[in-house]
Amino acid sequence: MSHQKLNLTLKVWRQINAESRGTFEEYKVAVSPDSSFLEMLDDINNELERKNLEPITFESDCREGICGTCGLVINGQPHGPIPRIATCQLHMRNFKEGDTIYIEPFRAKAFPIIKDLMVDRSAMDRIMEAGGFISVNTGSVPDGNAIPIPKDIASESMDAASCIGCGACVAACKNASAMLFVSAKVSQFALLPQGQPERYRRVESMVKVMDEYGFGSCSNTYACEAECPKGISIKNIARMNRDYFMAKLKTENLEA
Amino acid sequence: MIKLDSKVPEGKLEEKWTNHKFNMKLVNPANKRKYDIIVVGTGLAGASAAASLGELGYNVKAFTFHDSARRAHSIAAQGGINAAKNYQNDGDSVYRLFYDTVKGGDFRSREANVYRLAEVSNNIIDQCVAQGVPFARDYGGLLDNRSFGGALVSRTFYAKGQTGQQLLLGAYTAMNRQVNLGTVKLYTRREMLDVVVVDGIAKGIVVRNMLTGEIEKYSAHAVILATGGYANTYFLSTSAMNCNVTAIWRAHKKGAAFANPCFTQIHPTCLPVHGENQSKLTLMSESLRNDGRIWVSKIKNDMRKPNDIPEEERDYFLERKYPTYGNLSPRDISSRAAKEAYDDGRGAQGQEAVYLDFQEAINRLGKKVIEERYGNLFEIYQTITGDNPYEVPMKIYPAPHYTMGGLWVDYNLMSTIPGLFVAGEANFSDHGANRLGASALMQGLADGYFIIPYTIGNYLAGDKPILVQTDHPEFNKVQKEIEDFISKLLSIKGKKTVDDFHKQLGRIMWNKVGMGRNEKGLKEAIEEIRQLRKEFWKDVNVVGVSNDVNQCLERAGRVADYLELGELMALDALNRNESCGGHFREEYQTPEGEALRNDEEYTFVSAWEFKDVGKWELNKEPLEFESIKLATRSYK
Amino acid sequence: MGWLFKALNSSIGKKFVMALTGVCLILFLVIHLINNLTLYFGPETFNTVVKNLDGIKPLIRVIEVILGLIFILHIFNGVRLWIENKIARGTGYTIKGSSKNADIFSRTMILSGSIIFIFLVIHLRTFWMSFNFDHTLKESHRYYEAVVSAFQDPVYSSFYLFAMILLGFHLNHGFQSAFQTFGWNHKKYFPFIEKFGMVYAWGTALLFASIPIYFYFYGGK
Repeated sequence: MSHQKLNLTLKVWRQINAESRGTFEEYKVAVSPDSSFLEMLDDINNELERKNLEPITFESDCREGICGTCGLVINGQPHGPIPRIATCQLHMRNFKEGDTIYIEPFRAKAFPIIKDLMVDRSAMDRIMEAGGFISVNTGSVPDGNAIPIPKDIASESMDAASCIGCGACVAACKNASAMLFVSAKVSQFALLPQGQPERYRRVESMVKVMDEYGFGSCSNTYACEAECPKGISIKNIARMNRDYFMAKLKTENLEA
Repeated sequence: MIKLDSKVPEGKLEEKWTNHKFNMKLVNPANKRKYDIIVVGTGLAGASAAASLGELGYNVKAFTFHDSARRAHSIAAQGGINAAKNYQNDGDSVYRLFYDTVKGGDFRSREANVYRLAEVSNNIIDQCVAQGVPFARDYGGLLDNRSFGGALVSRTFYAKGQTGQQLLLGAYTAMNRQVNLGTVKLYTRREMLDVVVVDGIAKGIVVRNMLTGEIEKYSAHAVILATGGYANTYFLSTSAMNCNVTAIWRAHKKGAAFANPCFTQIHPTCLPVHGENQSKLTLMSESLRNDGRIWVSKIKNDMRKPNDIPEEERDYFLERKYPTYGNLSPRDISSRAAKEAYDDGRGAQGQEAVYLDFQEAINRLGKKVIEERYGNLFEIYQTITGDNPYEVPMKIYPAPHYTMGGLWVDYNLMSTIPGLFVAGEANFSDHGANRLGASALMQGLADGYFIIPYTIGNYLAGDKPILVQTDHPEFNKVQKEIEDFISKLLSIKGKKTVDDFHKQLGRIMWNKVGMGRNEKGLKEAIEEIRQLRKEFWKDVNVVGVSNDVNQCLERAGRVADYLELGELMALDALNRNESCGGHFREEYQTPEGEALRNDEEYTFVSAWEFKDVGKWELNKEPLEFESIKLATRSYK
Repeated sequence: MGWLFKALNSSIGKKFVMALTGVCLILFLVIHLINNLTLYFGPETFNTVVKNLDGIKPLIRVIEVILGLIFILHIFNGVRLWIENKIARGTGYTIKGSSKNADIFSRTMILSGSIIFIFLVIHLRTFWMSFNFDHTLKESHRYYEAVVSAFQDPVYSSFYLFAMILLGFHLNHGFQSAFQTFGWNHKKYFPFIEKFGMVYAWGTALLFASIPIYFYFYGGK
């Protein structure tokens, strides 16, 4: 624990609503290095409220890096400079005295800005609703141990499933592509025996909705993997591509 | 006075649920789509209920204040989920899980409910596997188990350290499927602000659209609240920033009894507070206590660095006070002992913290073994605190984690308002005075997948509730009340921020209604909370307008509710003159400092009925134990 | 066939077209490079090779048309993707963080591609046009000499050199990227593909580039 406070200059994106033009506003802060990035923003907000000024709107919830609610672009990097963590886990000791920090919202056509640093990521849910599930009703299922699943397959599926749905992959991608996010779900189920019956149908419907929402395509720059707080592998994108081609060749579906 | 009828079915414990399911009335499949059901909250309990009801064919409207149904705080549960599968052949059974849960809850839960929970636990695992939840498996491809506190069998299923996340995503995908099929309509970014009760029956809800500020009305034949716990009353807790009591509190004010509000769980191994601007606390897995030794300096106000304190000046207080269990003493005892050390002026470097030291284990087992066991936890610790636990002892301190209390429900999970059901952490039903590890996920999913879908059908087919339109005068009245409430908050324009009040309340709650409680402290707390509440309504400053995104306003409404609930928590604690589970009254302890229950006078559920702000009437539901003999909870 | 058209116009489909045409072009470059390298064996070898190729003109024409189509598809799709992806991003970031999470080769595909395209036009003009339609040249079979004299121009040679460096950039990303797009990313084999791609990219670029350097400094003597 150190008690020396850091003096920083923040340039925070402020935007009244989706239609209006936003600008950077400057805030000078002195913050404890033990404080988290979002706690620093809480502090600024309390100060603003005391002056009867509108606080900065930003989203966060669990502050343990698992719910995927938070997400700021800090000096050009989604979730900031430290790899494998969400914004809420970023602590101020990673910055230096006198630093200037630019804070921007996630930017993508599919993620319209709602206010300040808060964006609308509901397109991701629409993709999930299109096919990111296994169709089983409550009740009529076999015993959990009825189908053995090799340990490494289960664990690979788990790695894909650990996606927190924050959208940092979209924010990091120069094309605002959602391929890493979508492929993580496709992969989780493609690997498991339970996911086989709907394997090809699933990938077709999810990709279709993904394209409708105007996410870009994948240029294989792998920025998504580098910025993903859970380190989801781009191998999942390869798997999704493979499944997509197979779906196109195998299924009799002429529509999707 | 409310009549508390638990509606526990007749018959032998093992047959109650089966018989009840058979005796319940059924809704004709063709008629199900004519029934509207509102589900508030899309965590484990809410999402699983919405999915299951949608599958049955009901018209479900699901509400969440998050931007997505996947964000609920169920997602943060790490450890696992219990089930009585007995896959390990170590003697587990439904009865054992039931017994462990009742005993863990210090004999303050309803037997029949807990037995049912243990009974359906196995179905949950099957269901989740079928949904594609990637549980951990062993080399033979079968499901793996780990052991957890409070049990002598391995019955906990897990998915890495992210079991809650995977189970929630399972329920979320099941619900998404129903959204896709059109049986569930999802309303995101809506905060429920009141329930509408017409002629004593729940008929709908009023919500605030958090994007536009519009107050919207929704009606239904039945309403389910699955809105989680109230640990954020303490301001600092392991709950998420937005977890709040508003939905169940407003329902309480509309007539739903609030049960056992003082039963809160304080988890011993959390990261300590670093400063005034701390926003929440992070839990560290309890498994660390297997190899870590807990200590503080023997000298008061010792500001030396931990590594500069020589061995003979260290007080390994758990090993000293509880030689048998040592560092593995139960949650409540460990938590209280840490608090005593701090109160004695011996907190780590003057902070509200104690040391958790791995030096001895590293010397004994080698760094490599410790890294294998706790590597990822050490990493998390270092990310947050900047200290390297391989070299410097960790600092830990207890923190509010879970609330066993909640809205009172009967065996059918219906509150004292007919038509209003409560599921998951929001109800009081299954954990008594203390919850065992890996049981919260189990209860949330049991309620949502396997209990409410049956009992709600029984209500709809039996009571034949009528749908009230949203232009009914009662809906308009409630809408008006909410709008007035909001304008009142916005018009105060005082000097203190919402957080100022919340932090102040949190301090009172933590100091006086926290780990150790006593009559004097509780009485003071009640006075102080009343004072603070008065001040809040005079001096809070809620910035912004109502018809826009306004996070300040959202928080203000929630804090207004905490300021009322806090008093009830203190009142309930004051009223319960015994120590049990998470509720420890310093006046009632054994000479060894263990909790001293008073079964003669307090084997009941306190169900508080709201009369006016700061005024409640106590109703008691006596707890009858037919199958289990009450015993002193001892883990020695 | 509507389904095929739809599939190839999906986000993944468009990338598939890029990858497939890219791989075809990679194969073409190998053949082209082998042809070029005969320059090092002196005027007779090179002139004979070109003469022989001229002898099977009808077949060459067919291949040229296919190649042209592949080029057009690759360029058209590349530009289309670039525009669509720009739209998908919308407003850009004020502070660009991309250098911290992606390598320079992948980020500059459109730039390297565009310059290679400009090079291609000039290149077709200088060599392909004259080799095919310059009657004096075709009668004298002095192709080697024509190449040598072209590379005596410092401006042309330096541009050639510059274009080849960018070709290295383009191939360095393009090679492994095509495999990723096809879905052939495997823990065991992909590291090899990446390394092979790198060797291929810089090998090809350097060998192509060596020719103008050689002829500029040594004039083929």
